[in-house]
Amino acid sequence: MPAVSKGDGMRGLAVFISDIRNCKSKEAEIKRINKELANIRSKFKGDKALDGYSKKKYVCKLLFIFLLGHDIDFGHMEAVNLLSSNKYTEKQIGYLFISVLVNSNSELIRLINNGIKNDLSSRNPTFMCLALHCIANVGSREMAEAFAGEIPRILVAGDTMDSVKQSAALCLLRLYKTSPDLVLMGEWTSRVVHLLNDQHMGVVTAAISLITCLSQKNPDEFKTCVSLAVSRLSRIVSSASTDLQDYTYYFVPAPWLSCKLLRLLQCYPPPEDGAVKGRLVECLETILNKAQEPPKSKKVQHSNAKNAILFEAIALIIHYDSEPNLLVRACNQLGQFLQHRETNLRYLALESMCTLASSEFSHEAVKTHIETVINALKTERDVSVRQRAADLLYAMCDRSNAKQIVAEMLSYLETADYSIREEMVLKVAILAEKYAVDYSWYVDTILNLIRIAGDYVSEEVWYRVIQIVINRDDVQGYAAKTVFEALQAPACHENMVKVGGYILGEFGNLIAGDPRSSPLVQFNLLHSKFHLCSVPTRALLLSAYIKFINLFPETKSTIQEVLRSDSQIRNSDVELQQRAVEYLKLSSIASTDVLATVLEEMPPFPERESSILAKLKKKKGPGAVSSTEQEDGKREGGELNGGGERGADSTIAASNASTPSPSADLLGLRSSGPVSAAPPSAGSLLVDVFSEAGPAAPAAAVNDDGFLRDLEPPTESSDSLLAEGPGDSDSAPPSVVSEDPAPPMPQSDELLHKFVCKSNGVLFENQLLQIGVKSEYRQNLGRMYLFYGNKTSVQFVSFSTSVTYTGELQSQLNVQTKPVEPLVEGGAQVQQVINIECLTDFSDAPLLNIKFRYGGALQNLTLKLPVTVNKFFQPTEMVSHDFFQRWKQLSQPQQEAQKIFKASHGMDKEVLKGKLLGLGMALLENVDPNPENFVCAGVIQTKAQQVGCLLRLEPNAQAQSGEQMYRLTLRSSKDTVSKRLCDLLAEQF
Amino acid sequence: MIGGLFIYNHKGEVLISRVYRDDIGRNAVDAFRVNVIHARQQVRSPVTNIARTSFFHVKRSNIWLAAVTKQNVNAAMVFEFLYKMCDVMTAYFGKISEENIKNNFVLIYELLDEILDFGYPQNSETGALKTFITQQGIKSQTKEEQSQITSQVTGQIGWRREGIKYRRNELFLDVLESVNLLMSPQGQVLSAHVSGRVVMKSYLSGMPECKFGMNDKIVIDKQGKGGSTDDAGKSSGKQSIAIDDCTFHQCVRLSKFDSERSISFIPPDGEYELMRYRTTKDIILPFRVIPLVREVGRTKLEVKVVIKSNFKPSLLAQKIEVRIPTPLNTSGVQVICMKGKAKYKASENAIVWKIKRMAGMKESQISAEIELLPTNDKKKWARPPISMNFEVPFAPSGLKVRYLKVFEPKLNYSDHDVIKWVRYIGRSGIYETRC
Repeated sequence: MPAVSKGDGMRGLAVFISDIRNCKSKEAEIKRINKELANIRSKFKGDKALDGYSKKKYVCKLLFIFLLGHDIDFGHMEAVNLLSSNKYTEKQIGYLFISVLVNSNSELIRLINNGIKNDLSSRNPTFMCLALHCIANVGSREMAEAFAGEIPRILVAGDTMDSVKQSAALCLLRLYKTSPDLVLMGEWTSRVVHLLNDQHMGVVTAAISLITCLSQKNPDEFKTCVSLAVSRLSRIVSSASTDLQDYTYYFVPAPWLSCKLLRLLQCYPPPEDGAVKGRLVECLETILNKAQEPPKSKKVQHSNAKNAILFEAIALIIHYDSEPNLLVRACNQLGQFLQHRETNLRYLALESMCTLASSEFSHEAVKTHIETVINALKTERDVSVRQRAADLLYAMCDRSNAKQIVAEMLSYLETADYSIREEMVLKVAILAEKYAVDYSWYVDTILNLIRIAGDYVSEEVWYRVIQIVINRDDVQGYAAKTVFEALQAPACHENMVKVGGYILGEFGNLIAGDPRSSPLVQFNLLHSKFHLCSVPTRALLLSAYIKFINLFPETKSTIQEVLRSDSQIRNSDVELQQRAVEYLKLSSIASTDVLATVLEEMPPFPERESSILAKLKKKKGPGAVSSTEQEDGKREGGELNGGGERGADSTIAASNASTPSPSADLLGLRSSGPVSAAPPSAGSLLVDVFSEAGPAAPAAAVNDDGFLRDLEPPTESSDSLLAEGPGDSDSAPPSVVSEDPAPPMPQSDELLHKFVCKSNGVLFENQLLQIGVKSEYRQNLGRMYLFYGNKTSVQFVSFSTSVTYTGELQSQLNVQTKPVEPLVEGGAQVQQVINIECLTDFSDAPLLNIKFRYGGALQNLTLKLPVTVNKFFQPTEMVSHDFFQRWKQLSQPQQEAQKIFKASHGMDKEVLKGKLLGLGMALLENVDPNPENFVCAGVIQTKAQQVGCLLRLEPNAQAQSGEQMYRLTLRSSKDTVSKRLCDLLAEQF
Repeated sequence: MIGGLFIYNHKGEVLISRVYRDDIGRNAVDAFRVNVIHARQQVRSPVTNIARTSFFHVKRSNIWLAAVTKQNVNAAMVFEFLYKMCDVMTAYFGKISEENIKNNFVLIYELLDEILDFGYPQNSETGALKTFITQQGIKSQTKEEQSQITSQVTGQIGWRREGIKYRRNELFLDVLESVNLLMSPQGQVLSAHVSGRVVMKSYLSGMPECKFGMNDKIVIDKQGKGGSTDDAGKSSGKQSIAIDDCTFHQCVRLSKFDSERSISFIPPDGEYELMRYRTTKDIILPFRVIPLVREVGRTKLEVKVVIKSNFKPSLLAQKIEVRIPTPLNTSGVQVICMKGKAKYKASENAIVWKIKRMAGMKESQISAEIELLPTNDKKKWARPPISMNFEVPFAPSGLKVRYLKVFEPKLNYSDHDVIKWVRYIGRSGIYETRC
C-alpha cells in the first residue's frame, strides 16, 4: 500500500479499513463489506467516467476485500485501465490487482499483455520494472508464451538500466522454472554468461541465479561460466572489505554473491584448465584462511555471513573431492565448529562432516573427531543435532572403530528420543553386521539391541541375524547359548522370542549336552513365553516345536501333548490351528527318516543385499542417505569384510533405494524363501520348487518364518524326495556316451549372439534336427527348455545330450540337466530342462553336445548354450538425477568399457528399444538430455554378488564417414562385467 | 452427561468455565474457540465434534454458550438445558450480555452448581431457584426457612413452595405461535408447520390445582362420543385441531394426560411455559406473497411483489416486513410502493419493505427496478426466496383455549374468583416464498 502521507493518500480506503477493523463480529464485517461492494458497483456502473485517483482507490478496496477472503467478480476492467495510467501509484495498484486476482481469463489477458508490452517498450525504467515484476508474479504459461522472447533481449541489451536488468534476470528465471520449454536461450547463452562480468553487483547476483538454474539443465551450454565465475569469485574474495561499498555486509564482501558463485561451481566438475583450477584453489584457500582470522565484528551477522561462505566453499571442496589438502583443512575447520557454542554451527558442521567422512582423503581426518561426536550425541540438547551426530558416527564407522561406535550407539539408544530410535536400531544393526570381525560379537550386539529397544527392532533386523547365524556354522552354538540365556530373563521382548524360537529350533541340539539346557528345559523355556506372544510368533514357535521333535525325540510326547491341547488344535486362528494339526499328524505318522528329511536344518541363505540397509534407505528417502551409502559401498570394496560376503551390495542397494524392484522387498526372508532357498546341495528338489511353487509363493508367504518352506508343497517335495532325495545333488551326466564330443561348430558364436536380446527362438536347424529354446530367468537362477525336433520321418536312436563347462566356468556357473529319452521318433519333439545357477559373472558360454544316430550314422553336434551374463539382469528404474549420480560414481577407468562401432542393422528407434529391453535392463526414458540416446540400468544377480550396470548408447546417424555409428558405454562395479557386456552388445546393433 | 459448560464473548474469550467431569480437559475451551468461534467458515451446525468431543452451542446476541461432553448424550436434552440456562440467567439479571455476565459471574457459578450435578441437569425452575439463590448477599436464614427450602427441593412438588398468598388471584395465559412456510412461486405450499407455546403467569394463593382445556381433536372426538352427540359433533367438526406432538412443563401430571388426555397441574408461581406443541395440518396462512421477477437484458431486473392478507378484516397484523433479495452484482435500485416504506439495503443485499399495520383481506404491492453490473462470472443468480416477518393477533394453528379451571380446596376462593386473561399471538417463523 502506498504511504498515506501525501496528497493522494486514500482517505476513503483508510476509513474503510478502520471500519472493518472495528467490526465486533463476523456478521458486522460482512455487512460492511456488502455495503462497500454495492457502493463500488454503483461507481463502476459506467454512467460517468472515474478519474484515476478514485479508480485506484476502489480497486484498492476491492483488493483489500479479496485479501479478507471474499470473492471479487468485477473491477478487473478498471484495474486493467489503471495500467495505462502515467502515474506510478496507479500503475502499481493496477499491477498489484492483476498479479493477485487475474486468472487466465481470455479477453482480459490480451488487454493486460498489451499494457505490459507498452510498459516494457517504454523508456521508463520504473515502468519496465513494474511490468517485469507482474510477469514474474503471475508467471503463468500465457505470460511465458507472450514474453519469453522479449525478456532475454531486455536482459542483454546494452542500454538497459541495471535495475531493469536485475528484474529481467529474475523474471526470466521464474518463467524458466514454470515453463522451461518456452524459454529458449540458444542465441543469448553467451551474452547471459557474460553478465557475470557486469559492473553492477546487483545484476551479477540476479544473473547468477538464472545461470545456475539454466546450467543445471544444460551443463554443456553454459560451461564457459566456470572460468568467469572463478575469476569473479577470486576478485571478491581478494577484495578488501571496503572495496565493494554497497555490497559489503558487516565487513564481508558480497556474501550472497559469493555463496551463489560457489553454488554455481558445484554444478560442474573441477575445471580442467590448470590456471583456472589454480585460481579456484587459491580462492578456496583464502576462504578457509579467512575463517581463521579473528572476527572483524562481534555482530552475529558478520559471523553468519562469513560462515555461509565457508560452508558453501566446503560443500564445493567435498563436491570436487580431489584436493586432499583442502579436504583435510575443511575437516579441521569443521572440527573447530563441532565445539562452537552456536548450536546451528554445530549442526552444520556435523552435517558437512557426514559427507566429508565418505571421501577417501578426509575419512581419517574425520575419524579423529570421534570423541567430540560421541560427546555431542550424549550431551547435545537439540534432538536434530543429536540426529546429525548419530548420522556422522554411522558415516565415520569402519573396522577400526566399529566396536567403540556400536557400543556408544547402543548405550545412547537407551535414552534416545523416540523419533530416532528406529533409525538408530537399523544403523546399529548394519554397522554390527558390516564390520563384524567375530560373529559372536555380532550376535551379542543384536541380542542386546533387541533387549534394549525391542519395540523398534523391525522384522528385517532379526531376519538378518537368523540369516547370518544359519550361514555361519561357527557362531551357531554360541548363538544358541546366548539366546537361551537371554530368554531366561523374566520379561523378554517378542522379537527376542522369535529369534530364540528360530535358533533353538535349528541349533538347540548344539547346547543340549549341558544338563542346564537339556531339551526339555529348552522347550519349557520357549513354551513359557508362548502365551504372551502374538499369533505370528506363536506360529513360529509351533514350527520350532516340531523341529524339536526331530532334534530331540525324547521331547516328542510332551510336544505332542501341547499340540493336541484344545488351545492349539482348536485355536480360532486358522494358521495356528492348521500348523498344530499338521505337525501333530506329521510327528505321529511320519517315520523318523522322513521326519529328519522334512525337518532338516535350514539350508544356508543365498547372499543378498542386507534388507536392513534397504529399509534404512527407504526410511530416509533416496536423497538423504544414498550418497553416503554409496560411498560406504565404495570403501567397503577396499577393506574386505570377514566372509567377503557383502561384495557389491552397495550398487544394488543404491538402486533399490529408488526402485521398487522385487529384490528390494522388505520381507527379506520371505521372498528369499521360495525363490532362492535353492542351495546347490538341494539340487533339483528346490529348483523345482522355484518353478512350480513359484507362483504359489505369495500365498505361502503368509507364514512368517522360513520353517515351513520345505513343507509347503507337500506332494512335490515328497515325490522328488522319493525320486532322488534332496541330498544327491550333482547332475548326473545324462547318459554315458563313449564318443568324445565334437568341437563346437564354427557358427556357434553367432548363434549365441542371436540370443543375447531374446530368450525364445530357434537355436539351431539343419536337415535333420531343429533345436528350439525357451528360457526364463529369475534373480540368479535360470531355467531353459530345449526342444529337439526330429525333422525326418526316421527315428533317432541313442539320442543324448550333455552340457559341458570347463575351466573357469565351473566356478562361475552351475548347470544341471535332466536326461532325455534316448529315442526320438520321426517328426516328434523331445523336451529337455536345464537349470542354471549363476554363481558369479562369466564370459564364456557352456557347450551343449548332442549325439544321436540317424540311420546308423553317428551325428555329433556341439553348440554353445545360449546363456550370457545379461540374462541375469534385473531391471532398475531410476530418475535422471540418480542415474547421473551413479554414473559419476562408477568413473574409474577399469569400470568403464566403451566401443565405437558401425551400425550393422540400421537405426530404427523402435527396434533398438526392443533390443535393449530384451537385454534385461530397464530402458530409462527422459534421463539423457539428448533424446536420441538410450540409457539403461540394471543389476546382474549372481549368487556371490550383485553387479550394478549402467549403459549408454549414443547413435550417430551422420558420422564423418557418412556411416551410421554407435558409441556404446557400459559402466559397472565390476570390470569383467563391463567388458563382457560391451563385447556382447557390440554385435547386436 | 454434560462434561463442562463454557461461556464465551464474541472474541472467543472465556467468561465462564465450569468443568463437571474429568474427561474434559482444559484444552477443550481452546478447541471450541479455534474450531467454531474463530472458524474460517461460519459454523452453522449447533453440534460440533472435535477430537471425539462434542460441543453443543447456542448463541445469544454476542455470547456463546457451549456445553461439552465426551459421552454419547441426548443432544435434545443438552439443548433443552442450554435454553433453560438462558431463561434462568435472563430471569436473574435480564439481557444476556458480556457486561451482565461479567457483573454476575459469582451468581452464575452458583447457579451452575445448583442446576447441574456431575453433569446431570437438576431443578432449573426459576421460581424454586430464587428461593435459595438470591442476588442480595447472604442473609442468614432461620432454621424454619432452611427446613422449608430443604423439604421443597427434596419434596414432590419442587417447583412451588407452600404458603403463597395473593390478595388478587390472577392468571395470564398466552398462546404464542410461530408459523413456518415455504411456498412455490405459483402459490403451492411446499412445507408449512406451526410451532406453538402456551406460556402462563400465575399469581395464585395456596396450592391450587388447575385444569387446562383446548380444542384438541382427540379430546373433542372423545367427548363427542361420550356426551350429547349433536352439540359436540358440531364443535369438533369445525374447530378442533390435530396436534402432532407436544411437551409439557414438569408440573403437568403426565399419567392423567396419558389416560384421559386432560392437562391438570399445580402451577409454579410466576411465569413459566406450560406446554409446547406443533401442528402441520389446516394451518391458516396469514399472508400470501405473489412474486414476479423479470430479467430485462443482462443489466436490468424488474421485480414486483404483491402481498395479500388472509384473515378476518377486523383483525390487524403488525410489524410486517418483506425482504426481497437482490443479486450480488446490483449497482442501483429504484423502488415504488403504495404502502409502508421500502429501502434497498446494500449491506444485506436485499430490499426491505416495512408496513406498520395491515388489516385482513387487503392487498398491497411493491415494484422495483434493479440495475446490474456486468460481471466476469458466468454463475447465474441463485434467486433466494423472499422472506417475510409479521405478527397477528390469532393462532394460525387454530388452537382455542376452551377452559382453564382453578381448584383450591384448602383456601376459600373458587374458580370464579380468579381473574383470567387469555391472549393469542401468531408470529412468522421462517416464512418464505420462492421467486
